[in-house]
Amino acid sequence: MLVIRRDLVDAMVEHARRDHPDEACGVIAGPEGSDRPERFIAMDNAERSPTFYRFDSMEQLRVHREMTANDEETIVVYHSHTATEAYPSRTDVSYASEPQAHYVLISTRDPEQHELRSYRIVDGVVTEEPVEVVESYMFAHTGADDTPDCP
Amino acid sequence: MAVIVSIPTILRTHTGGQKSVEAAGATLAEVIDDLETNHGGLKQRLVKEGALHRFVNVYVNDEDVRFAGGLGAAVKDGDTVTILPAVAGG
Repeated sequence: MLVIRRDLVDAMVEHARRDHPDEACGVIAGPEGSDRPERFIAMDNAERSPTFYRFDSMEQLRVHREMTANDEETIVVYHSHTATEAYPSRTDVSYASEPQAHYVLISTRDPEQHELRSYRIVDGVVTEEPVEVVESYMFAHTGADDTPDCP
Repeated sequence: MAVIVSIPTILRTHTGGQKSVEAAGATLAEVIDDLETNHGGLKQRLVKEGALHRFVNVYVNDEDVRFAGGLGAAVKDGDTVTILPAVAGG
């Protein structure tokens, strides 16, 4: 299950709407091992295409270094589909290489009503998971709650 | 000639979980061959038909080697080679 704050969901949807009809993409970083998305990072789609996306490689290196310096990891990888449903394409599956990440797809094909769904993609196998949108992580049931905050 | 190679999570099964390893070589191709001798299986994840695999980005220091000579990119003592999975799709 993906537990995610509403403002982060809104930010992904806004980005997808803004770049429509091209695909939008980005990541949400969080503390390493926490499974808690916290820092929203919109990325450039180097392909600027309605059917394909690719992180700009130099921007990706910069973000990777920031995340390493902050002890963060990629919790969510998101991108939009602008003419099809929010389900990973064969290309999406072939590139998926973060087994710990939630792959979020946002479809903007309907101008009024977006569709947002989340998946795990491990060794080429796609598994959809529920998305729980929360106002704050403080009261949400997240994996991190299983570990006490204080030693 | 020693360089530090930063390994992404997905490839750490080949390095016993290590985030970075040392390797030697004067070009990226030599560094990858040296990696392969100590961490078998890495090369086929990085190279396909004599070129870098489209699923990975490789950087020497701050340069994406796709724009700096590919496998022939020069590497010198003290350089950092960073491997990242390409993030892309349709």
